[in-house]
Amino acid sequence: MADTKTAAYICKGCEIDKRVDVSALVKTATKSGKMNLVREHDFLCSAEGVAMIQNDIDNEGVTHAAICACSRRAKTEAFNFPTIAMSRGNLREGVIWIRPDTEDARETTQEMAEDYVRMACAEVKAMQVPPGNQKTGTVKTLLVVGGGMSGMTSALEASKAGYKVVLVEKTGALGGWAGKLYRRVPTREPFKAPEDNGVADMVARIEADSNIKVYLNATIAKTDGAPGRFKVEIAIESGGIAQEDIGAIVQATGFSLYDANKLPEFGYGKTPNVVDQAGLEALAREAAAAGKPICRPFDGQPVKSVVFVQCAGQRDASGTHLQYCSGFCCNTSIKQAMYFKDANPDIDTVVLFTDLRTPGNGEDFYRAAQNKGVIFSKGVVSSVTPSGNACAVKFKDLILNEDTEAQADLVVLATGMVPNSGPDLDQLSEANRQAEGGDEAAKEQVVQLMSKSVLNLTYRQGPDMPQFKHGFNDSHFICFPYETRRTAIYTAGPVRRPMDILQAQEDATGAAMKAIQALENAGLGKAAHPRAGDLSFPTVRLEGCTQCKRCTVECPFGAIDEDEKRFPLFNESRCRRCGTCMGACPVRVISFENYSVNTVGSQIKAVDVPDEFSEKPRILILACENDAYPALDMAGMNRHEYDPYVRVIPIRCLGSVNTIWITDALNGGYDGVMLMGCKHGEEYQCHFVKGSELGRYRLSKVGDTLKGMNLETERVMDLEVAITDIATLPQKINDYAALIKSFPPSPFKGF
Amino acid sequence: MSDLNQEMAERYKNNFLKEIEEQAEMGEWVKMCMQCGLCSGSCPTNFHSGWDHPPQEIFMLIRAGKREEVLNSEGMYMCTSCYNCYVRCPRKVPVTHVMHGIAEYAYRIGRAPKAQPTLHLSKTFWSNATKYGRVNEVQLTQSLYFKDGVGAGIKKGLEMKDVALGLVKAGRLNPLEALGMGHKCKDIKGIHAMLAKAEELEARNKAAKGKE
Repeated sequence: MADTKTAAYICKGCEIDKRVDVSALVKTATKSGKMNLVREHDFLCSAEGVAMIQNDIDNEGVTHAAICACSRRAKTEAFNFPTIAMSRGNLREGVIWIRPDTEDARETTQEMAEDYVRMACAEVKAMQVPPGNQKTGTVKTLLVVGGGMSGMTSALEASKAGYKVVLVEKTGALGGWAGKLYRRVPTREPFKAPEDNGVADMVARIEADSNIKVYLNATIAKTDGAPGRFKVEIAIESGGIAQEDIGAIVQATGFSLYDANKLPEFGYGKTPNVVDQAGLEALAREAAAAGKPICRPFDGQPVKSVVFVQCAGQRDASGTHLQYCSGFCCNTSIKQAMYFKDANPDIDTVVLFTDLRTPGNGEDFYRAAQNKGVIFSKGVVSSVTPSGNACAVKFKDLILNEDTEAQADLVVLATGMVPNSGPDLDQLSEANRQAEGGDEAAKEQVVQLMSKSVLNLTYRQGPDMPQFKHGFNDSHFICFPYETRRTAIYTAGPVRRPMDILQAQEDATGAAMKAIQALENAGLGKAAHPRAGDLSFPTVRLEGCTQCKRCTVECPFGAIDEDEKRFPLFNESRCRRCGTCMGACPVRVISFENYSVNTVGSQIKAVDVPDEFSEKPRILILACENDAYPALDMAGMNRHEYDPYVRVIPIRCLGSVNTIWITDALNGGYDGVMLMGCKHGEEYQCHFVKGSELGRYRLSKVGDTLKGMNLETERVMDLEVAITDIATLPQKINDYAALIKSFPPSPFKGF
Repeated sequence: MSDLNQEMAERYKNNFLKEIEEQAEMGEWVKMCMQCGLCSGSCPTNFHSGWDHPPQEIFMLIRAGKREEVLNSEGMYMCTSCYNCYVRCPRKVPVTHVMHGIAEYAYRIGRAPKAQPTLHLSKTFWSNATKYGRVNEVQLTQSLYFKDGVGAGIKKGLEMKDVALGLVKAGRLNPLEALGMGHKCKDIKGIHAMLAKAEELEARNKAAKGKE
């Protein structure tokens, strides 16, 4: 960039000029903001106003513009100048809409507006135009790992969208679990009878599809690189290695049934007459192939009575077995009961359940089964024992509140799903740590864990996708369905969370679309969700780096590796631009062109802090741009007023908060600092998954610093904010302001 | 009558659900219950003595094949036909009708409990109403009051005498009804013929069902 020319634009529209003295703001921008060019306009977001700015860029050589008008979340189409650095001063939602229109309030409102102008000027001067990621990869091929229902769906959908697909399947045939089913739960009206599993049709479509290349009996030996330029090594049947260039990955590795051998109380393994749901599918296929009724494994006699045990080893509060509901097994048992009832209505079929859960159109299917005479009893099974050629099922009837017993030729256990999600990364890194210390058992554990690896990523943070609850590669299912913590690698189907075939197909379609979006973005050097389109990327001043590894450890997306000299090695295409590395860096050498320790720090310093006699405290609010800042904007739109002494700076994520900002603010005479971030933990709502958690962990250490400065620990406050807290947030700000006002003014004012 | 009970028990052996489905009116709905318990929760007679099994349990007992427990139960006679369960059932099971169907079946095969008040009321009401073509209120009240003996009847009558006198004064009760006088309907013969025909049809239907 050649010469820098700064400009500030102050909008008078939306009644800004009626509420604040715009000529004073112009003076502020010129004198305190030290902008080369300052203009005011009646209606800045109009075509005319935008043309004025564009003209300044084209003909006056403006490279940095501070637009002081509405929130940065508003009028983004109008104020879209990708060739220059731009900041936004929030005079509308941030000032006039949250302040009363009274004479008394005029002075503080004006001060607020002037501060936001100063802040916008200071911020833009610290910014640069992001040039975009130079290390882009433009491979447009999708890798799908797993050839079951989810994987096949992803491959077909991506192909339909015009993308090449490499489909890798571990076994010798496509189809996965669905391929082993005799029939599947109905997908069409009237949802009354099991239907064909549909696998043969899909396999035929894949085989006929020139966009899809299938590797059978193959696994992923190594995944290297970044979105748009993955280098994937596939261990193929012959024992050799096939190389593929890949743009994005869908992991659809599915599930295994929970091992029924862990349920000896239900007689599994003690008599062949107790099977799991897969066992019954096998019996049904066998019987159909032989043209015979389903027979008792013990003696080959036709089955006359069946008991289905729901939640076998699932929803177990004791923690011994699966704690969750797998969601598909009630419908499966209904379907399997129909195998018998459709063949012979005289066969007794009893489903013992505690809560029958039939997602999708399962309710119709359930009713159809009742109509066919399947008996549903609410009961908890305590034991299944061999009894002659059959089984005795002891259970407690929950409706009649009594212990009772049923005889059955065959008992089917609904054991539920366990994800094929690879090793647990925390467990693996702990084993690695101990193995490095020479622990032989740990070394063996590392080998054993690595043998489960699906993707074999070369990432510093581990070879597979991070897991959440119960080992699933899940995401926040309301806020960010499909999202994962590895950019351009999406999980789909039951590996993500328990689901049935229809849900898995929908999930796989979504994942394929996300993967396509991610590889396209990677090709353009742009960020993926949630800062989609952002061209900035983290840069590091290596001379200052102390190799503390905090950035490489903390990056929620595994974007940072370590090079051979143990310096951080950024893979920009994997980066989501959350800035967690920037917040983590103790020596502050990591920054983005448009977001850095300096862009926020200079705003903090730009605020005018009145002296201790003025009785005008200053409170800094660092608000997460994903939830808290929009909530504040919407509070403004609803005209919910809040304290005039707060100054709000949007941040990318609580994780990007570098504690130097807090120290700077307190040293600069601010009376309080309020941090607003998303919920963390199991029910997290952080758009960067771990960002707010990491940020909060760092903040938990701030208390000591405050004590060291002889300040009240309440002067730094962490507030969990959701985007829906529109009405309550202003009150929380006011409460905090009242608390701060009850303290003596900061002793650091005026230094 | 108990012969019929034996016969049915023999015929359906262990399949009481099938027995109810084929023999009791609306019995085919029992299998459609999904055990949510809304019927029991909605029932105004809940927690009253005699309510040994609420509808949800009756349904479950039938499906569990507990013939004796169901036929010995007083639950289905406790129904006041308020239709709360019917209206609220998410499965649209006509619970009220099913309860009546089971009660009627139990009565038909001679398994209804002796001196069951609701059953007594139903029978009394039916014979009273069909005899005159409309309800003779005084005779109906008398038969209910004296159902447990003369002493109990007089006691109950004295308890209610103020109410009765009030009704007489207001012209709402005609004491002469005690002698079979008072209101009558116009075409009692026609009504009797109609009822006879209905009974004949019902008997034919039930006989046909029993032979299935």
